[in-house]
Amino acid sequence: MSAPVSTQDIESPAAVDGGAEVVAPSTSVPPGDDRALRFIDARGLEKTFSGDGAPVHALRGLDLAVPEGAFLGVMGQSGSGKSTFLSILGGLSHPTGGSITVDGIDLYGLPGERLADFRREYLGFVFQSFNLVPYLTALENVTLPLAVKKMPGVEKRRRAQAVLERVGLAGRAGHLPGKLSGGEQERVAIARALVNEPPLILADEPTGALDSETTVEIMDLFARLHREGNTIVMVTHNPEIQRYFDRAIVLRDGRLDCELPACAPGTAV
Amino acid sequence: MRLHSIAVSNLRRRKARAAFLIAGLLIGVGTVVTLLSLTQSMTGQAKANLQSYGANIVVTPQSRDVALSYGGIAAGGVSVGARALRAADVARIETIPARDALSVVAPKLVGPVHVKGHRVLLMGVRPADEFRLKRWWSVDTGRPPANGHELVAGAAAAETLHLQMGDYVRIAGRRFTVTGILRPTGAQDDDLLVADLGAVQDVLNKPGQITLVEIAVSYAQAPVHDVVTQLSAALPDAKVAAMQEAVESRMHAVDEFRRFSYAIIGVVVAIEILVVFLTMMGSVSERTHEIGVFRAIGFRRVHITWLIVVEAVIAGVIAGIVGYMAGMATTYAVLPLLSRDADVAWIPLLGVVAVGLAVVIGAVASLYPALHAGKLDPTEALRAL
Repeated sequence: MSAPVSTQDIESPAAVDGGAEVVAPSTSVPPGDDRALRFIDARGLEKTFSGDGAPVHALRGLDLAVPEGAFLGVMGQSGSGKSTFLSILGGLSHPTGGSITVDGIDLYGLPGERLADFRREYLGFVFQSFNLVPYLTALENVTLPLAVKKMPGVEKRRRAQAVLERVGLAGRAGHLPGKLSGGEQERVAIARALVNEPPLILADEPTGALDSETTVEIMDLFARLHREGNTIVMVTHNPEIQRYFDRAIVLRDGRLDCELPACAPGTAV
Repeated sequence: MRLHSIAVSNLRRRKARAAFLIAGLLIGVGTVVTLLSLTQSMTGQAKANLQSYGANIVVTPQSRDVALSYGGIAAGGVSVGARALRAADVARIETIPARDALSVVAPKLVGPVHVKGHRVLLMGVRPADEFRLKRWWSVDTGRPPANGHELVAGAAAAETLHLQMGDYVRIAGRRFTVTGILRPTGAQDDDLLVADLGAVQDVLNKPGQITLVEIAVSYAQAPVHDVVTQLSAALPDAKVAAMQEAVESRMHAVDEFRRFSYAIIGVVVAIEILVVFLTMMGSVSERTHEIGVFRAIGFRRVHITWLIVVEAVIAGVIAGIVGYMAGMATTYAVLPLLSRDADVAWIPLLGVVAVGLAVVIGAVASLYPALHAGKLDPTEALRAL
């Protein structure tokens, strides 16, 4: 799961570099098994937002190593830096300090649009509010990440249908998001995250808008994906789903506070 | 699924927004098509009218005027070498290679006569040709002369000779019936008596003679100067002259009309670009969150830009086709109100131009909004609601 991202697979209307690897493994990563243990490696991660008022320090030197194949829960109160960490890990927000590597790739050392390529090939993002495109059917939403890949349309369709089957929505492929329940929309969002077979799945409060019964269904799905070998990082403030994680950390004030279950009693998650 | 599939789905399922975008393009393209086809139709009709509206070539006998003077005192002049034109010369006019370009050939014989004690000019013409050539001639009541015993009088001549329709005049022993009085023209035509050419040749005792020939040339068939050259070759003893001012002023009016239409078209196109630009900027603003999703799942800036432009291009194709049909329908409806005689000029290429114009306008007007969309920060875009 550490194949370098190649631009040859990119379908772009503009000329792009052909054949060149997007990234090369970081030379600063220790050799051997350590790379698998530090599949995600955040060191001294900082993020400060400067606005009209005083600057907001969302992350203050976060150090975190996540092994490949882990199911990591990131918990903490509002404002603890959970979503900020996820957006940095997802290549959506440049940190103001520190570094972060995924499978040895220095995310923010990637030039220009290579970061977009990384997001497409390495990550599967499940957003908080599903973020499905309202005018595309379930199948079309799932196929979306493949729209810019050089692949026969038949193959794109086959992969999307297979993934929809995997999340149990094969029968709803032709429906628009507005005609799907919350749980079904979440499944479509998960399918869209999986269609490119990414090494890493990021989920930002995927059960935040769901009832308890649907929450269990969705978390069972994530658990199955984990058992199939996917590395998952999930941000949540719902303590009831903690049991699904094989590792859960609590952030507070932009720092790693503790790791469950070894947190102090009364630690707010 | 490909990028253009996303654009098509957006247009197909967001019908109100698509209709607004297409309408913005369609109205402009339809207006341009209407203006172009109206211009073409009316220009063609104007040319056809102007070509037969008066002469643009005059053929006169070749002569050299010699001024007689002695000691600084002018004693008049004399024309040397003038040979009157004859009917055979008129026949030769109609044998030149560019004869199809000759709209009207109007020979005439002019000479002074005495009527009721007054000296007036009598002009012999081929009435049908002369009235076609001089469209500004009209007979208030009555009709042009139909035979050798009828004439029409210019307004001033009729007043001087106290002539009314139905009166009889005797010229050189020949009786003529006045069949009509010409409306005043403000030119020397008002002083003329106009009769059949053959009758006037008899009255003036100049059988077969012609004073001059006025010719109207169709500009679309041949340049006037080419016709002048051919006539000069066919009539070596005659002087053939193009009436430059008449030609240029008439075509100047036509060209001015065409330029005015093009100016209006330019304004319409500029407004249309602005409308499409504002529509696309509004669309990008509304779709900020969606664009954030595209960027988050790995679309490059160029993909986003391409998506927006393709959407505008697809809308342009639809608007071009519908705009062309609407524009031509409008032309059919409006043209009869502007011109009684003009026919709709059906230009197949105009359909291609309409679609091309709509596509280009859509692409150009959407370019900045598309580039702007591509530069949106995905994190900020995802936060936008």
